[in-house]
Amino acid sequence: MATAVKGVEKAVERRHHEIPPVDDEEQAAGRASRPRGKRRLGPGKAIPFGYLIGPLLLLGVWFWGSAAGWIDPRVLTAPWTVATTAWDLWESGRLGPDLLVSARRFAFGLAFGVGAGLVLALVSGLSRWGEAIVDGPVQIKRSIPNLALLPLLLLWFGIDERMKIITIALGVLIPIYLHTHNGLRSIDGRYAELAETLRLGPAAFIGRVVLPGALPGFFLGLRFAVTASWLSLVVVEQVNATSGIGYMMLLAGTYGQTDVIIVGLVLYGLLGLGSDAIVRIAQRRVLSWRRTLED
Amino acid sequence: MATHTRGLTAATAVRIRDLHRSFTDDRPVLSGLDLVIEPGEFVALLGRSGSGKSTLLRALAGLDQDAQGTGDIEVPEQVSVVFQDSRLLPWQRVLRNVVIGLDGPNAKERGREALAEVGLAGRERAWPRELSGGEQQRVALARSLVREPQLLLADEPFGALDALTRIKMHGLLRALYERHKPAVLLVTHDVDEAIVLADRVLVLDSGHVRTERRVDLDGRRDPSDPHFAAIRTELLAALGLAGGAEIKQEES
Repeated sequence: MATAVKGVEKAVERRHHEIPPVDDEEQAAGRASRPRGKRRLGPGKAIPFGYLIGPLLLLGVWFWGSAAGWIDPRVLTAPWTVATTAWDLWESGRLGPDLLVSARRFAFGLAFGVGAGLVLALVSGLSRWGEAIVDGPVQIKRSIPNLALLPLLLLWFGIDERMKIITIALGVLIPIYLHTHNGLRSIDGRYAELAETLRLGPAAFIGRVVLPGALPGFFLGLRFAVTASWLSLVVVEQVNATSGIGYMMLLAGTYGQTDVIIVGLVLYGLLGLGSDAIVRIAQRRVLSWRRTLED
Repeated sequence: MATHTRGLTAATAVRIRDLHRSFTDDRPVLSGLDLVIEPGEFVALLGRSGSGKSTLLRALAGLDQDAQGTGDIEVPEQVSVVFQDSRLLPWQRVLRNVVIGLDGPNAKERGREALAEVGLAGRERAWPRELSGGEQQRVALARSLVREPQLLLADEPFGALDALTRIKMHGLLRALYERHKPAVLLVTHDVDEAIVLADRVLVLDSGHVRTERRVDLDGRRDPSDPHFAAIRTELLAALGLAGGAEIKQEES
């Protein structure tokens, strides 16, 4: 209480002093609201919804090719046939449950993989002993494709959901670990020096300096992880499953139903694109302090 | 035996006895350096490149674990460092940068006051990237002063700024110094900056303080004042620039 009163007195006393005049020009130049012209070098200004242009172009070519009769429907079904097939599948109640099962596997695999990758990256990034123990095994796992691990995982965990989620998580873990670990280790040493002069404790140093500094790396890892998650999903659903989009496609393959296969592919594509967009939006929000060529 | 003690009694702000520092085995950077800084005294440290100015400052700040050496260093409990780069955390807004590591319920209030003192009231929520170089350095000053240091160590704090901003920063630093009265050790390579700001100027050469000059100028320190010029000539000579007199003539 006494110190608080003293602090206020001091504040009042300080306000009576004259504050040296501040250079207005310099301050005005520093404002963020300067007009945003075109950067001479670099990719230029962001195009609104620019990430949609490429996929739409591809869709256009497919449409036009099918309409003009250049694409044989037995090789590649026309987009409208795919749309009606998707609708029929949905109506008959075959698509909904499969989609749900796939989405669930994706979400759980991603969640566990991100969690595990993050924990391992922190253990290995924050202590030399952690690195000595964790880094080697992760690098070994990195060089073994998930597909090669599948027979072993099947033997260990059977053919149920657990095995599928573990396989996906193993694929997700690697990019999260690599990029977060790299982010942790590439934080500027000068900040550690600053933290020492400010006498920050280890907790404050990790919380205020290390983790925020490693966030860009983590987000990069997350974008790779989302892709890895869909990739692993396809593998587990086509190798061994009795439900899910992959299974649906596998079944369609044996009956020669090209349109159903395309429905599955389009779904994978849309889901992948959608989840990547979510990560990008989150990244832009969280890393708003960065001004990169992307903005 | 090398000791580094914090929490010196009020009699002196800095006491260094027989300080030796070297990075490799051959040439010592500091050899047998003694230095006493009184509480509230503003000392500037000059020296040619490689004379050990920064080594001395880093020794005082306790940032020289990579150096070998002996000697006793005593510094106060509260020491703040201002670096040549502002060293603001880019992922924290300005106010958070100022109060980082500060606890207590009124930390934010104190941070706001410190920002107002350096003329950046209203910029609390800006990102460091949105500020100019001079503004970033002012935030760094606010960050060091909000801790009410008994000793302020500044390692060429204006070295990366343009000449005009530099002059403005001199006025600001001097005003802040008069208000808070910490002991200051300012490392600089700019002789005029040393004379404008400091009460005492030291020249470091071959590892110890070779020349010491009290700046006995009253009121506003004007580089065109003949007495100012005389001090400059003396210091330039101590820095090994025999042509100090010629420089003076050119300017007048």
